Amino acid sequence: MVKRILVLLALLGLAVGARYNLGTPISEELAAQYDIRPAVLPDGRGLPPGEGKVEEGERIYAEKCASCHGARGEGYPFNRLVAEPFPITPDTEPAEFAIGNYWQYATTLYDYIRRAMPFGAAGTLTNEEVYHLVAFLLYMNGIIDAHEPINQKTLPQVRMPARELLELDPETKRRFPWLTLP
Amino acid sequence: MDRRKFFRLLGAGGIFGLLKARAQTPPWDEETFASMKTLGAPLSEYGQRSPFEEGVVRYISPNLRTRHSGADFAPLEKLEGVITPNGLHFERHHGGVPQVDPAKYRLVIHGMVERPLVFTLEDLKRFPSVTRTYFIECAGNGQNGYRNPPDPQLTATRSRGLASNASWTGVPLALLLKEAGVKPEAKWLIPEGMDAAAYTRSLPLEKAMEDVLVAYAQNGEALRPEQGYPVRLVVPGWEGSIQVKWLRRILVTDLPAMAKDETSEYTDVMADGKVWAFTWIMDPESIITYPSGLQQIKPGFHEIRGLAWSGYGRITKVEISFDEGKTWRQATLEPPVERYAFVRFKMPWHWDGKEVVLWSRAWDEKGNTQPTREEFFKKWGRNNRYHYNAIQAWRILPDGRVVNGDRPLGQQAFGPAGGCGGEVFDG
Repeated sequence: MVKRILVLLALLGLAVGARYNLGTPISEELAAQYDIRPAVLPDGRGLPPGEGKVEEGERIYAEKCASCHGARGEGYPFNRLVAEPFPITPDTEPAEFAIGNYWQYATTLYDYIRRAMPFGAAGTLTNEEVYHLVAFLLYMNGIIDAHEPINQKTLPQVRMPARELLELDPETKRRFPWLTLP
Repeated sequence: MDRRKFFRLLGAGGIFGLLKARAQTPPWDEETFASMKTLGAPLSEYGQRSPFEEGVVRYISPNLRTRHSGADFAPLEKLEGVITPNGLHFERHHGGVPQVDPAKYRLVIHGMVERPLVFTLEDLKRFPSVTRTYFIECAGNGQNGYRNPPDPQLTATRSRGLASNASWTGVPLALLLKEAGVKPEAKWLIPEGMDAAAYTRSLPLEKAMEDVLVAYAQNGEALRPEQGYPVRLVVPGWEGSIQVKWLRRILVTDLPAMAKDETSEYTDVMADGKVWAFTWIMDPESIITYPSGLQQIKPGFHEIRGLAWSGYGRITKVEISFDEGKTWRQATLEPPVERYAFVRFKMPWHWDGKEVVLWSRAWDEKGNTQPTREEFFKKWGRNNRYHYNAIQAWRILPDGRVVNGDRPLGQQAFGPAGGCGGEVFDG
C-alpha cells in the first residue's frame, strides 16, 4: 500500500512537470523592480500613471529629438516621424514611412520611446516626459487634437490609420489558427 | 602499339621534356622555402587566422547613418563549407553591442507563471543542453534585390550575406518555462534584450515549446558579443530579428506587444497594398557563391558552389539553370542536410568561354521554391523592405568577369531604402 502511494506520488511529480529546481524564485515585487522598462501592451497594460500635453511635448521634442528627426519630424538624419494621417500605398517609398501613415498602434509609441529613445541616452526620459512626447507626435501626425489628454486610459483607444492595412501573414495564420492581431 | 615504337616515343618525349624543363622558369622563388629555414611562431593561447586572410571581413555599407544601429554582411563568397566563423557571422543590432559581465548576468521569467524565476548564467548551463546547427537570417536579407535597375556591382555578400549558420548550444526554452510553470491563459512571450534599445519582440508560446533555444555557445565557444553574449534566443527557421540577443527577461502574457520592431519595422508591404504582420518564417533561399558577382574566372573546369537554406525545414534539392530557367540541372547536396541549416550545393562545370547566365533555386521539404524576380513582385510590394528571396542570377562575361545577371523590371527606378544593411538607393 505504502509502495503504491509512493509510486503514485512519483508519477504525480512527473506529471506536474519534472522540474530541475534550478533558478531562484522571486517575488512579483522583485520582478517589477527588475522590469526597468516595462513592455506596453496594445490594451494599455504596462502604461504608467501620468498624462501627456502637446505643448510640453513640443518643448521636449525640440530639445531631445529634433536633431535626429528634424525640427517638425520630417526626418534626417534619422527616421521621419511625421506624415499626413493617411495610410501608405504600395507606391509610398519606405523613407516616407512615419507614425501617421505607417505605425499601427499608438501604444507602440509609448513603449518604444521609453524603451529606446533618445538614441544613445535611453532611459533618461521620465514617464511623464514620454507621455508628452507621445501626445506631441500624435498631434503632429494629425491623429489627435491639441487638447486631447494622453494617458493610460486614452492612449489604447487611439486608432491609427495604418491599422486598417495590417493583416496576419497567411502562413502564420495557418500555423497558429488561434492567433489574431490586437 | 609495338613495344619498340612505344619506347622510342617515350625516349623522345623524355629528352624533349628535359630540354623544356631547362628552359622553364620555376613557378616559385626563394621566398617559397623561407618558412623552412627559421622557427615559426610559438604556442599561443588564442589562435588567430593568417595575416594573409585579414581581408576576409564583414561588409559594412558606407551608407549606414550610424554603426550603432544597423547590420553588416557575412562575406559568403569567401567562405567554404556551411559553418560561418564566429568573427564573420553577420551582425544586426539596434543600440550597439553591450559588454555584459557574465557574473552580473540575470535572466528573469515572469508574468503569467506560477513561480517567477531568476536564473544566473551558471543556472542556465546546469540544465540539460542541446547543440544544433541553425541558420539565422535577417528579414532584410536580399534587400539589394529591391533595387531597379539591378546593381551591376552586386556581390554574393551584398546579395544574401545577412545570413549566417552556426552550431548553437543552449537550454531549450521549454525547460525554463516548465520550471516557472506557465499559466493556462498565457499565449505569448515578450523576450527583452539588455542592450541600449532594450530590444523586444513577441514570440508565440507554442513555438517556444517546440524548438526555441536559450543559447550560450556558438560553434563551441561562448557567444560572441555581437551575437548576444552571454545569452540569446535562437528561433529555428524564423527571421533573425525575433531571436533576441543579450536576453535579460521574458514576460509571459496573453497579448503580443506589437513592439516597434514588429509594426513600424519588420512588417511587409505587399503588392496589393496590405501590410503583413508576423512574417516570421524565412522562405527558401539559395545563392551561388562561386562563381559570383565581381569574381573573375578562366575557361576550363570549375566547381559551382553555393549555399541553400529554408525556414520551412530541410532543403530537398537545389537546381541550377544555364539558360535563365528554361531547363534545370540538379546540384549535389553535401551532407549532412539538416533542418533550418545551411546546406552546401555543388556542380562540376566546364566553362567554354562563352557568355552565360547562372541561376540557382532551392526546394524545401514543404515543396516551396524560390520565385523569379517577376514572380516575386507579383506578391510583394516594390517598396517592401524584407523577405526578398527571388532567384539571384550571375552573368559570366566572355572575358571571365562575373556580374549581376538579374533582369531589370520596367523603367521605374526603385531601391532599398537604407534598411538594416544601409544599402540605400543611389541611382
